[in-house]
Amino acid sequence: MKHFIGFLKKEFYHIFRDKRTLGILFGMPIALMMLFGYVITTEVKDARIAILDQSKDETTRKIIEKIASSGYFVIAKNLDNETQIEDCFRKGLVKEVIVFQPGFGQKLQKDKKASVHLIADASDANSANLIINYTGAIMNDFIQKENASAVLPMQIITESRMLYNPELKGVYMFVPGTMAMILVLISALLTSVSIVREKEMGTMEILLVSPLKPIQIIFGKVAPYIALSFINVITILLLSNYVFGLPVKGSLLLLLAESLLFIILSLSLGILVSSLTNNQLTAMFASILGLMLPTIILSGFIFPIENIPAWIQWLCYANPTTYFIIILKNIMLKGLGLMSVWKETLILVGMTFVLLGLSIKKFNIRLEK
Amino acid sequence: MRTILFILQKEFIQISRNKMMLPMIFVVPLIQLLLLVNVATMEMKHIKIFIVDNDLSTTSRQLTAKFSNSNFFVLKGYSNQIAEATASIENNKADMVLHIPKGFEKKLGKENKSELQLLYNAINGTVAGISNAYTTQIISGYNYEILPRGSGSSALQYSAGNIQIIPSFWYNPTLNYKIFMVPAILVLLVTIIGLGLSSLNIIKEKEMGNIEQINVTPIKKIHFIFGKLLPFWIIALLMMGVGLIIGIILFHTPILGSIGLLFAVASVYLLVILGFGLIISNISSTMQQAVFVVFFFMIIFIMMSGIFTPTDSMPNWAKIINYINPIAYFMKMIRMILLKGSGFKDIYQDFFMLLGYGIVVITLAVNRYKKVG
Repeated sequence: MKHFIGFLKKEFYHIFRDKRTLGILFGMPIALMMLFGYVITTEVKDARIAILDQSKDETTRKIIEKIASSGYFVIAKNLDNETQIEDCFRKGLVKEVIVFQPGFGQKLQKDKKASVHLIADASDANSANLIINYTGAIMNDFIQKENASAVLPMQIITESRMLYNPELKGVYMFVPGTMAMILVLISALLTSVSIVREKEMGTMEILLVSPLKPIQIIFGKVAPYIALSFINVITILLLSNYVFGLPVKGSLLLLLAESLLFIILSLSLGILVSSLTNNQLTAMFASILGLMLPTIILSGFIFPIENIPAWIQWLCYANPTTYFIIILKNIMLKGLGLMSVWKETLILVGMTFVLLGLSIKKFNIRLEK
Repeated sequence: MRTILFILQKEFIQISRNKMMLPMIFVVPLIQLLLLVNVATMEMKHIKIFIVDNDLSTTSRQLTAKFSNSNFFVLKGYSNQIAEATASIENNKADMVLHIPKGFEKKLGKENKSELQLLYNAINGTVAGISNAYTTQIISGYNYEILPRGSGSSALQYSAGNIQIIPSFWYNPTLNYKIFMVPAILVLLVTIIGLGLSSLNIIKEKEMGNIEQINVTPIKKIHFIFGKLLPFWIIALLMMGVGLIIGIILFHTPILGSIGLLFAVASVYLLVILGFGLIISNISSTMQQAVFVVFFFMIIFIMMSGIFTPTDSMPNWAKIINYINPIAYFMKMIRMILLKGSGFKDIYQDFFMLLGYGIVVITLAVNRYKKVG
């Protein structure tokens, strides 16, 4: 036991001595939360557009004013003729060009019909679609206000309620994912690199001939990372509560217990990677590709799993992060209890046992076979 | 020159000897392209809807049919129990619930006004917002259909939309999101390979202790650094080519602009990236530390580069940070060249910014590198 404590101390020293890594370890969750909270949004805001007004009358002026003041768009350019459109797009100056037909206002008054051409730069298909929809909505709204007297003789009124996230904030989506990502990063990536490092430097030999049992070596190696991971979980929860106004709706204890389960799972993944690889570079690439990438893209973190083609979906279901994110969402955002996540929890527990068993079995006590 | 050649030779031998590294360098792009391009779609395909029909009238059935016939919606449940519907939202079986209350049709006939309730799982706010837009569109479309025709006026007259909107989607009329993602994956590829390899390489020599042996040779600083960086520069460009070919074969990525210009931009971009890799490699003492620094900046810069989301909608402080984000420049230019056929005169500003940036970073990297331990 004394040996073990000594070994544990050494591991903690290793981490605390490296101030730069430590800084990044603690800065990472904060930076990511800020990023996802404020910067990464799919909403349309301040999209740059150009206007080709061939009519230049009262109505078009009013519509343009309305568009400019909507907050969705910034009018970056006024064009004089159609040949300029292509150039605008090619230079990437604007995302959309609104073309009012000549005599727009007059036609609207006389014929009750006037047309406007919305041209979007659809190289970004998503934004293009949104931008066109938003522009159309603003114009329809304008017309509706203009003839507010026209009431439908029969009207279906819809009352929409947004559950769990009434303000449709993006943070709700990203807090669980960020948490999962940080845990995989610290527990799996760092652990695997730190164990392989001992191999590469030749110090593994010294550890192996020491009176420490393999299980003690493994545990001593991962213990500091468990502590670090836990601190980060708490940082993220505090940030989401105090900065983004997103409290944990369900049981905090259950949430922490599930996080611990996921940390242990990631650690066993890290150990497994370290026993399969021989140098840090390979371990790192393997962790980033095999663990980080799936965590980010195959877990429902950024892209909803339902939209993913079926032949890739099974990868998502083999990915433990998928279940962890479901658990986090249910507990944190929906306020549900263990009853709602027992299936996912069981899957994680099962995965943990398999991976832990595998990684202990694979952990060689000989350097060369 | 001869010295550089020898260093180059050594580096290539070293890279080719690592049995795991080589396949990874070559397999990674394939996996990334296949997975990411297919996965990274923001298109909304199927919204899972649960309909609670307490009215059981012609109107409610017609309305239900509207949803089950729509391509956007998948009818996940139909019942008269609201509790069943909310449970289906809780366990993610449904994304939204349409509740048609009892007496809906009657009220519509009598009072000319009747309410419907819509419930959304709004954890993903964007999806909920778009679902809501689609749903109300379907409902109001249905609303116009059932307006009384006999009252002498066509339904069109009530429609507020007498502004006829003609949308056109240039460069990508089918709104294929994959076309947008392929260039982004190429950027990722070049960045991960360039930054990953260069930042870890010198550190490895440091950790293994053979940097001292190199330091005592008559190799000049600048020779050493170019010898170190050139292999990665070549590999990264090669990988971009491979990625591009895969993109063309599998996803029919359009190449509207000049390939030469694309490679010129990539070469300049790699100057910045390799320079940064070198600097990180210089200031870090262990690989773990370098990995962390690289990962930290890479993930932030990638997310901010507009890879998935438009840079326009970012707050101002983020836009300012993007001036020093090399990935943002490359991301913007590669998409412009490939998807819109932009030429040099369209991108020269960004190009020269990136070139200046590259020169500054490389100079810094060379200056910071010291042969003295």
